[in-house]
Amino acid sequence: MILHFVERVLQTILVLLVISFVAFMLISTLGDPLGVLLPPDATIAERNALIARLNLDQPLLQRFWSFVMGILQGDFGLSYRTQQDVGAMIAERLPATVELAFVSLLITIVLAIPAGILCGVKPKTLVSRAIMLVSIAGITLPNFVIGILLIAVFSVHLGWFPSFGRGTVVELGNWTTGLLTVSGWQAIILPAFTLASFQMTFVIRMLRTQLMEVGHSEHIRFARARGLSETRVWFVYAIRNALLPTVTMLGLQLGNIIAFSVVTESVFAWPGLGSLFLQSVQSADIPVIAIYLIFVGAVYMLINLAVELSYPLIDPRLKRRSA
Amino acid sequence: MIVARSLFSTFRSAPGATLATLAIAALFAYAFLVPLFTADPFQLAGMSIMDSFTPPLWMDGGNPAFPLGADDQGRNIITAMAYGLRTSIVVGVSAVLIGLVLGGALGLLAGFVGGRTDAVIMRIADVQLAYPALLLAMVIDGIATAVVGRERSATLAIAIVIFAIGIAFWVQFARTIRSSVLVERDQDYVAAAQITGRSKLAIVMWHILPNVMAPVLVIATINLGIAIITEATLSFLGIGIPLTHPSLGALIRNGNAFLQSGEWWISAWPCLVLVVLVIAVNVLGDHLRDHFNPKLRGRS
Repeated sequence: MILHFVERVLQTILVLLVISFVAFMLISTLGDPLGVLLPPDATIAERNALIARLNLDQPLLQRFWSFVMGILQGDFGLSYRTQQDVGAMIAERLPATVELAFVSLLITIVLAIPAGILCGVKPKTLVSRAIMLVSIAGITLPNFVIGILLIAVFSVHLGWFPSFGRGTVVELGNWTTGLLTVSGWQAIILPAFTLASFQMTFVIRMLRTQLMEVGHSEHIRFARARGLSETRVWFVYAIRNALLPTVTMLGLQLGNIIAFSVVTESVFAWPGLGSLFLQSVQSADIPVIAIYLIFVGAVYMLINLAVELSYPLIDPRLKRRSA
Repeated sequence: MIVARSLFSTFRSAPGATLATLAIAALFAYAFLVPLFTADPFQLAGMSIMDSFTPPLWMDGGNPAFPLGADDQGRNIITAMAYGLRTSIVVGVSAVLIGLVLGGALGLLAGFVGGRTDAVIMRIADVQLAYPALLLAMVIDGIATAVVGRERSATLAIAIVIFAIGIAFWVQFARTIRSSVLVERDQDYVAAAQITGRSKLAIVMWHILPNVMAPVLVIATINLGIAIITEATLSFLGIGIPLTHPSLGALIRNGNAFLQSGEWWISAWPCLVLVVLVIAVNVLGDHLRDHFNPKLRGRS
């Protein structure tokens, strides 16, 4: 058990090193950092200072080592586009994206989990069929089309919500939040719903399939045979078993959610990490793209690892098998 | 051939798939026939500023020459969409083909050679799976921009998008083909071919490949839908195909600028065509998947 744990952790570190190396090679082979970052009238001393700052005077492997060490200590390098510290740029944009993801997750939990349970428990009712039909839209409609549609209806036609920006934000130390003002909440509804549309479809369909499978399993038939009420059978025995794989899969979809946040933030001019990434792609700001690459890879790998390692704790059958 | 015949016979029992096939055929005809008879609206000669923002026919100020309206440069939306749809289809199909050839070659190699080659190819695939296709395509586009610059010709931009999406797609093809090859490799007909002295390459190309094509066809169809959406998204974000040689995504991006002032038709029609195309391709893909899945075949 412990051996397996150590092996998986080492594997993850190795993969992250490989991803970091690819990102590092992108930074070191593409573009001319001195030409981009130095002003035209820079002195030799300034030039040498920048060379030392970027470790350009060291051999390749040593530069890679200081690159990795820098990331671990929060030094993400300099952006070609703004000449700013990449870490500072990310810190500035992070609150907007985290709040967007949080509210969209909230929407998913409040709307999609009850809808999914309904579709799984009573799959043949009219409401369930209608939910399944609408949920197809979440898969087939491109994310930006949903955003445009919401803007056209709720912002242009009805005028209920603004179509861009975060509204009024309040500063709490290093964190800016839009969740404390009315205009902030008005501004976050449409983008959060757009981002949630993909997750909601996913949760509804997954829960439905899981519940329909669990519904036929032996422990549910046994619970029914004991004469327990339908409500008790579903809510105490079935849903708990169906919710777990759904939440796991949702965690593994995080990469997709990060990708879609780029689209959503662009549609609603949301000043978050996604917009930063898009601007970086547009202006070929390789250092930011490379850090983003490492960030997404690390998030995916760590969630994957956490899911795999927590499985034996949640499902006792697995522990017995491996022991 | 037998596969093809039985495939078409199943269409009779699946009206959705038939409808989807008809819709795809109609959209292909629209995209490739209309440009043969009209002037390119994205050249100066094809625009007429006097007609800009003409609304659709049934609205006040509609003009019978522009049944679905005209955009900000006075382009007829029906014509402009045919050009956009053509680009979208060409890019989507080419990207899937690149993913198929690249992934197919690596999957065959990994499955048939095995050993260290297999391990290296599949580990690269595992790492790439951490990244969604859309994100990867954006990163590849950014790298391409760093190499050739943002001011590039439309042809080069289209080629970059095709490669960016194609490279993002190879993993699924490689994994599928590899697992099929692992099953087929130990079959008697492969042993028979080896005994007759055929070379390894010939065995892979002429004996194994035809037997693993069915799941590949399914994945190709499903990926075509994803490729078209990915390209549309890239172009909508302004990092894909420029408006001088637009795709549906670029048209929607252009129209989106006028949504706030009420000219909804410039973005709505391309959205509609995009959605119909993607739904039709997905329905067809689902049908093919069910058809080639022996577990489901007897049921319907």
